[in-house]
This record gives sequence, C-alpha cells and structure tokens, in this order.
Amino acid sequence: MSILVDKNTKVITQGITGATGLFHTKGALDYGTQMVGGVTPGKGGTTVNITLENGSEVSLPVFDTVAAAKAATGATASVIYVPPAFAADSIMEAVDAELDLVICITEGIPVLDMVKVSRYMEGRSTVLIGPNCPGVITPGECKIGIMPGYIHMPGYVGVVSRSGTLTYEAVHQLTTRGIGQSSAVGIGGDPVKGSEFIDILKLFNEDPGTKAVIMIGEIGGTAEEEAAEWIREHMTKPVVGFIGGATAPPGKRMGHAGAIISGGKGTASEKIAVLEACGIKVAPTPAEMGSTLVSVLEERGILNAFTSH
Amino acid sequence: MNIHEYQGKEVLKKYGVAVPNGKVAYTVEEAVEAAESLSTPVVVVKAQIHAGGRGKAGGVKVAKNIDEVRTYATEILGKTLVTHQTGPEGKVVKRLLIEEGCQIVKEYYIGIVVDRGTGRVVMMASEEGGTEIEEVAATHPEKIFKEIIDPAVGLQTFQARKLAYSISIPNELVGKTVKFMQALYLAFVDKDCSIAEINPLVVTADGNVMALDAKLNFDPNALFRHKDIQELRDLDEEDLKEIEASKYDLSYIALDGNIGCMVNGAGLAMATMDIIKYYGGEPANFLDVGGGATTEKVTEAFKIILSDEKVNGIFVNIFGGIMRCDVIANGVVEAASQLGLTKPLVVRLEGTNVGLGKQILAGSGLNIVAADSMADGARKIVSLVQ
Repeated sequence: MSILVDKNTKVITQGITGATGLFHTKGALDYGTQMVGGVTPGKGGTTVNITLENGSEVSLPVFDTVAAAKAATGATASVIYVPPAFAADSIMEAVDAELDLVICITEGIPVLDMVKVSRYMEGRSTVLIGPNCPGVITPGECKIGIMPGYIHMPGYVGVVSRSGTLTYEAVHQLTTRGIGQSSAVGIGGDPVKGSEFIDILKLFNEDPGTKAVIMIGEIGGTAEEEAAEWIREHMTKPVVGFIGGATAPPGKRMGHAGAIISGGKGTASEKIAVLEACGIKVAPTPAEMGSTLVSVLEERGILNAFTSH
Repeated sequence: MNIHEYQGKEVLKKYGVAVPNGKVAYTVEEAVEAAESLSTPVVVVKAQIHAGGRGKAGGVKVAKNIDEVRTYATEILGKTLVTHQTGPEGKVVKRLLIEEGCQIVKEYYIGIVVDRGTGRVVMMASEEGGTEIEEVAATHPEKIFKEIIDPAVGLQTFQARKLAYSISIPNELVGKTVKFMQALYLAFVDKDCSIAEINPLVVTADGNVMALDAKLNFDPNALFRHKDIQELRDLDEEDLKEIEASKYDLSYIALDGNIGCMVNGAGLAMATMDIIKYYGGEPANFLDVGGGATTEKVTEAFKIILSDEKVNGIFVNIFGGIMRCDVIANGVVEAASQLGLTKPLVVRLEGTNVGLGKQILAGSGLNIVAADSMADGARKIVSLVQ
C-alpha cells in the first residue's frame, strides 16, 4: 500500500509543453504512471506526442485550464513544472479546480507568493506537496516527479524528506539491502510549503502498508522538532531520522531557501537532540540512514517482515 | 540579498517610513559636504558595512562640528572593522552614512519576518531597543510582542495599535508609530523582503518616531521582479568566489577548510560537508551544481573551487537522477584536463548511467580516485589531503 498516489492515480502536467514538463511527463509514463493530459494556457486543443523508452507512442491532450483538463480526463492530481514567476498562480489554479493533490516541483518561488498560496488554500481540501521538491513516488505504481525510478523497490518503509538527492541516497541504501519502500515523499526545501513532516507522518501512520519511516531533515526552522513531538505522542511505527547541515555556518542559505540557521534557531544539533529525546534514532552520517533503520528493526525483531516480499 | 543601512533607509523613505535625513559619502570631502548640507549641528558618522555591531567596534561616531566630521571620516574610511558579525578578519569600510543627529528619549525594537510555522508575515515589537533581539528572545521572551498578519488584508490599524500599547509608546505618539508600522509592512511586502529590522526605533525629544537603524534583507527568489533592488548590490561585501558562482547559476558558499566539494542537490551537498567533517576533514565549500549541469557548468564549478588557495583536494559526490553520470564524468575529465589538475580528486558516482560514467573516468588517463559509496569517498579524500 501507499500514501497520496498509487497505480490508479490520474495525473496532469501543468507546463506540459515546456522542455522540463515534457521530459518528466515522459519519465512518468516510462515508469507506468497514469499521465492523462496537461495544461499550457494558449495551447489548449493541441496534443503532445511522446515516444516512450519501450518504443510505444503516447498522445496526450493539452488544455488551456486545469478545470478543463480535469473535466475531460478525470485527473485527480497535478504536477507543476512552471517557472518561479508563475508557479504560485498555477498552484492556486489547481486548488481552485479542486484537485485532490498538487505537486509543485518548481524551485525559486518568491516566499511571499507562497505566503499568499498558504492563505488561499485555507479551508480547501487540496493537498499541496512542495514547492521546490522532487515529487512523490509509490514504487511499482506511480512516479510523479524527477526522482530516478529504478532505485526504488516496493515495500514497507515510508520515506519523507526536505531534500531530493538525500532521499535517493536513503532509498538506495534501503533497496540494496532488499528493503522496499511504500511511498517516498519530498516535501521540499522551501520555508513555506504545502505539507510539513507532520502531515506526511500522519498519512504513514494511517497507512497499513507502511511499517516504518525514515525522516530526512536539515537546518532551518523547527519542523523536525514539531514532528518529533508528534511522533512521540501518536506514531505507532518506528521512525529513524537524519539531519543534514551539522557543519553549515549560521546565517547562510545552504542552497535551499529554507536551509538557513537564523537567530540561533534551526541548528542541526538542536534538531538531533529533540529527535533523540523523542525516541527517534538519528543516523550519525548520511551513509548510515539505511543501516540505522536496519538496526532499529533488528532490535524490535521485525526485520524479516521488511525483507521478504 | 543584503544592502547597506543608508540604502535601506532610502527604500523605506519612499514608503513614508520616518528616517533621519542623511547622505552617503565615499570620501572625506564628500562626508564634509554631506554634513554641511544637513540641518543639524550635530551629525553622526556611520560606517556602512553589511554587518551589525558597528557602534561597539568604533564605526559610529557623533560629530559636534565639521572638524570632527572630518576627523571621524578620515579615521573610519578605509578602516577594517571587526564586529561580532564580521568574523575575525573584519570588513573594510568604503562608505559612510552622514546623518542628522537627534535627541533620543527612548529606544525600541520593531522587526518583520516570515514565520515558517504559520506561513505568515509576522511583526515583532519590544521595548528592549538597541539590544540584540536574540538575546532578548533568550532571556526575556515575554518582552517580545507579535502580531501575525493576514496577507488578505495586511497589517490592520488595531494590530499596530496593540503592538504600540504593548511596548508602552507614549500615548501622543501612538498615531505616528502606527503609521510607521504600516508603512514598514507595505515596504516589506512590496519589495519582497525576507527580514526588516528597525533596531532601534527611537522616540525623539522633538516628538518624532524614527528608524535610527534599518536592516533590510531581500528574498533572493524575488529579485527577478525588483531590478531597483538588484542595483543596490555591493560586490565589495561579497565573497569573490560566490559572485563568480552566481554568474553560472551555481549555488556556492565559501567555508574555511581544505577539501573542495561538488555535489548535486543542496541536501546531499550539506550532508557531504557533514560526512567529510565526520571523518576528520574540513570542507572548503558548499556547492550544489544542480540537476541540469553541463560540461561547461562542471568546469566552471571546478575553477571556482580551485580558485580557493586553501583547497588541497576535491570530492565530487553525485547521485544522478535526471543528471546522468556520463555527463558529469565528461565534465570532470574536461575540467581536470583544462585546468591541469594536480591535486587529489575523489569521485563518487551513483545513479543514471553510472557504469558509463565510471568507464569514462577510468579511461581518462587522469589520476582520479573512484569511490564506491559516499562514506568510502569521504574517507578517501580525507586521507589523501592529510
């Protein structure tokens, strides 16, 4: 089982006729995702023709609006590959069209635009993942985003992370140990985002197909600490963590807009301390995320359940 | 993006935020001219650098007459100021703000930031003006008052009043303070700031409410829609390598160590710095080469890393998703050959086309050490630069 997306999820791409949108729509189709159409204002009525790796041809309809795309295709999810200046507007359009799920890959959206999006989404039921994220994948069923599909394997470990490539690292460490993933969710590197750790952890907690979680955080903000407190109170499954940026200097934005230690707050050491106090084992290096999970599962005597499928 | 105090005040002035009259000066003569043009006998000579703590370091002097302006300007221009925010090497003062003096009755703190937890802009106020707000937050959090601002309606008058009452602004000045706060909020939102700090906000003997200092910081993601703010950039205040990196759309931050790093993805790049340190090494930089790196970009990244004289070795750590390992490998080989690289180079490749990538490295004829994993790579580079 999984969270957010599965083999039945129908997805549209906002920004489908742009180079990035087209490239990753093909990647999703290659993986087996049900991509059903796309949106580029002004190009409604046209189609995009994609030749997959296996040689087959797919023709996807393009629409002017998300609402039209949804009505015609029955899509319930959208992925956004739209430049930063226009991405907030794309998110709001998808929310207005009442899609269940919107995944925004775009990096570089002005923070105050996301403050507006956050306000706009209040009282609405659409789930936003991102922005500035690699996407969401349920291995073997649905890949929405830029992650390399082949490193993933279906299984029982949920992965939630602020970093894309660090997620691939963790997934790789699991897959090479024969441990598969239920779903991997990149919540993104921005300070104001659609979903925080807690939101995804709740879903993993309720998903019968997820039996353990790896949480990958980094410097900046207090989301990891809040998640740790929630885990201590509510989580029924083992959680293992890693926090990147222990060596980051204060006051500097380390790539991600949200990865900045300011006013002494948001340091890696603080986060690690809170996680450990809440019973979450923290991998001492990024190379040991998989092995740390394995040791926790071994301690509980449940490792076998994760490696036999 | 940071700007100088005098620039921040110029921006705020346009929004009707009360600031003292002042002018920037690049030379002693300009400082004297500026002082002569101001309407108060007492003027303040202020060093302009992108760091706080200037007063304590001798960078802010009150001049009672033109001779003192000349003396202080001569003393401060060209001086290397070392404050608790500049690092031990300090910063050279190249600009001065010559500002009208005022009689300060009381100092307060006003600040605006984006609160990540609520996803809202928040205005903070405190009666403890003139002190580091982090100190106040640590020792007297009850002295900091906050108003969460709804982006749909902006900072409401009643919210600004509430803050003004909380910090005991004199009754007759509440009106001016409310105007000040609302103008500050407008400037913050209109210019896409990430931080706006007025520390101190002062109440003066002649009944004014003014920003004695103004620290504005701008959201780098929004600069594309603020050409006027982009023009305020002072390259003297930035690391040369970081300036170079930004030209090629590389995310680079200089650090103090001797192991250069090149990684794809900010999280993995941070984690690479961490694992180098874990194995006893010191990273020389953070560098996220991004997902769409080309041979050219990789070469430029190498050049920038190597322009740091402290670098004694390089660790390339790539987990390619969309980024293909053969593209990175070609870039590494091209860069190493072009630059005549003699320093130890460890490359760890994983992901798309990894087999091809490793082949390219092995067949290059260059002294490139291959790593099987991130940990293996970190251990190898640390031992090679020892």
